[in-house]
Amino acid sequence: MPASYFDVDGTLVRTNLVHPTLYYLLNQANPQRTLARLADAALRAPRLVLAELRDRRTFNEELYGLYKGTSQDRLLTLADDAYEKVLRPAIIKGARELVHTCRDKGHDVVIVSGALDFLMARLCRELGATHVIANRLEFLDGVATGRMLPPVVAGPTKALLLRDHAKEYGHDLDECYAYSDSYSDVPMLSVVGHPAAVNPDRALERLARAYQWPVVHLDRP
Amino acid sequence: MSHPCVVTLDRKSAPRVLFSGDRLVEVDLPAGTRVIYPKAPLAGLKDPDAAIRYAINHPYNSEPLYAKLRPGMKVVIALDDISLPLPPMRRPDVRERVLTVVLDLLADYGVDDFEIIIATSVHRKMTGPEVRHIVGDKIFNAYWPKRLYNHDAEDPQGMKLVGETELGEKVILNKKAVESDLLIYVNLNLVPMDGGHKSVAVGLCGYESLKPHHNPKVMRQCHSYMDPKSSMLNTVVERQGAVANKHLNVFTIETTVNNRMFDRSLDFLARNEDDLSPWDKTAMKALIATLDRTPQELREQIFRRVPSPFELTGVFAGETEAVHKETLKRCFEQYAVPVKGQCDILVAGVPYISPYNVNAFLNPLLVQVMAQGYMFNMYRGSPLLKKGGTLIITHPVSDRFDHDQHAPYVEFVHKLLPETRDAMELHKRYEEKFASNPAYLAMYRKGRAYHPVHPFFMWYWGEAGRQHMGRVIVVGADNEYMPRILGYETAPNMHEALEMAKDTAPSSPEITCMHLPPIVMADVTTK
Repeated sequence: MPASYFDVDGTLVRTNLVHPTLYYLLNQANPQRTLARLADAALRAPRLVLAELRDRRTFNEELYGLYKGTSQDRLLTLADDAYEKVLRPAIIKGARELVHTCRDKGHDVVIVSGALDFLMARLCRELGATHVIANRLEFLDGVATGRMLPPVVAGPTKALLLRDHAKEYGHDLDECYAYSDSYSDVPMLSVVGHPAAVNPDRALERLARAYQWPVVHLDRP
Repeated sequence: MSHPCVVTLDRKSAPRVLFSGDRLVEVDLPAGTRVIYPKAPLAGLKDPDAAIRYAINHPYNSEPLYAKLRPGMKVVIALDDISLPLPPMRRPDVRERVLTVVLDLLADYGVDDFEIIIATSVHRKMTGPEVRHIVGDKIFNAYWPKRLYNHDAEDPQGMKLVGETELGEKVILNKKAVESDLLIYVNLNLVPMDGGHKSVAVGLCGYESLKPHHNPKVMRQCHSYMDPKSSMLNTVVERQGAVANKHLNVFTIETTVNNRMFDRSLDFLARNEDDLSPWDKTAMKALIATLDRTPQELREQIFRRVPSPFELTGVFAGETEAVHKETLKRCFEQYAVPVKGQCDILVAGVPYISPYNVNAFLNPLLVQVMAQGYMFNMYRGSPLLKKGGTLIITHPVSDRFDHDQHAPYVEFVHKLLPETRDAMELHKRYEEKFASNPAYLAMYRKGRAYHPVHPFFMWYWGEAGRQHMGRVIVVGADNEYMPRILGYETAPNMHEALEMAKDTAPSSPEITCMHLPPIVMADVTTK
């Protein structure tokens, strides 16, 4: 049985990692705390921009640093709300159909995302995916340290995790499929036999055309 | 005495002008070569709208359309897609004319629950402007895209099992059509393999129902596609069509057009080069030179933007089989040229267009479809080319694909064909898996791509020709590797190609040139 590996942000949902993070920042225990968090985020903004320019892993590390000091309870309590208000409305209609097609064809559907695991678990349930590979925050005494547990799901690491997953579940990578919108996911797309660019950014679209990968526009009416 | 459309060249004959993609090339063919020209266009009907009204009021083997109508009934009107005619015709398209009459009739009889479905089968979906072109502004503005839309062969909720043939072939069709009280099919019959039961049973079906006939085994038993009674493809489709018609209330409207593919200013392209006036000869030279100097993109635009002045030559309505019998007569009347004897070497120019690349580039797989599919199959009786003979085509066979329309073709040509050209092997080992690639399916459903099974069907399309022919030689290829992937040889010019072909031909081989487009079919007799 082949597996279909899906990036999430921009591929299955219109949002990116910043949107749910903002939701959490805006929904702190009290207004003062919210203001403090937003101020912290504003101060970190230039570093986030630089990190994004450098590579996706550094960006993820910077972004999830904003969760430092947030209790695990609060994150999980708000997870349903964050999912319902931020992620769910942003699911691309055609993406649902694409995932369903993969399931109909008997594929394992694996979500591979730099987003947080507890949010991706909800998306996984909604779309009928079978596995999730996502980032996990580190907690100490029930409070987020602002660091991520390794392995950090981003860029080339996605390809490595995908390989590990295929090996663990007995999938032949030549028979597997991968979908992403971003040039940063080229490593992940390159390890499967059937890569596809979905709603691609300009760089990925150029590469997909050059390598004659399918280019799917799910975001068009 | 041979038919006037069959010309034998002598030493003084002018070079023949053949299509080579979107260019024209002059080729010298040896004295004694037979050249088969298309027949002159049949006269168009003087009042097409009156003819359409007459046909649906005086149907074959059926009550008139108006007698089938009652208020409150659900009607589906299905239409042929833009693969017919070729090139697309000048507005108003025949389908617009027929639809206008039919929709007026529905309104007169209080039928307002109707939908119009473009019967694309696993072809790509037509774009809005393309649909507008065939149905006209008024109908397009009123119904697109809610009540006028493309068939979706992969919509899990949109298909329904109608039944099975006595041989267990499934008939799964568009659910809306199946659940309608009346299905009106509006056809445009360009060649004899179009229309009849193929309209509903193929146009509105999906992959599952195509499997019983779109496979290499069936294709090998077609002699030819253009001769329905000798085509296994047609036999299977007729079985499925009979099941469809048993369960559905089908009213068929078929139309035929003449072969006025070129406007009068270009009709010299369809005539004997020796009979051209000095003015025509000058115009021909100028056209060849202009195309040679025009950049590729512009050449494509020129050909795409000039619709053909086809004229309606017949309208027939009623029960599918009775209607199609009349349609076929008119088709053969337009295309069939009697030819005595087969040939050892067949020469043909491959043009820029096929049914599967409207508004796109004719990629190498489609060159194969044209050469070993359509051109080889343009016969009744015996094939024009002897068994083991050589086909020489003129075409650049560029390694170029339209990535939106023909995305799955690219992988098929570059990944699968280098593995094997054996259609049976491709069918068994790769077809199912390839046809279920979710990305390609999404491109078919959400974009403008052909269904991922389509490149396989295109390869099978050439199967009867591949089994019959000895060799294919390409003149004017802009690369060596693409013809090799297709299993073709290359030659720098026609003279060399003929010399190569003679290596495997009898001494003093019979050489015949099919001078097309426009469409011509050979009615070949061997005695």
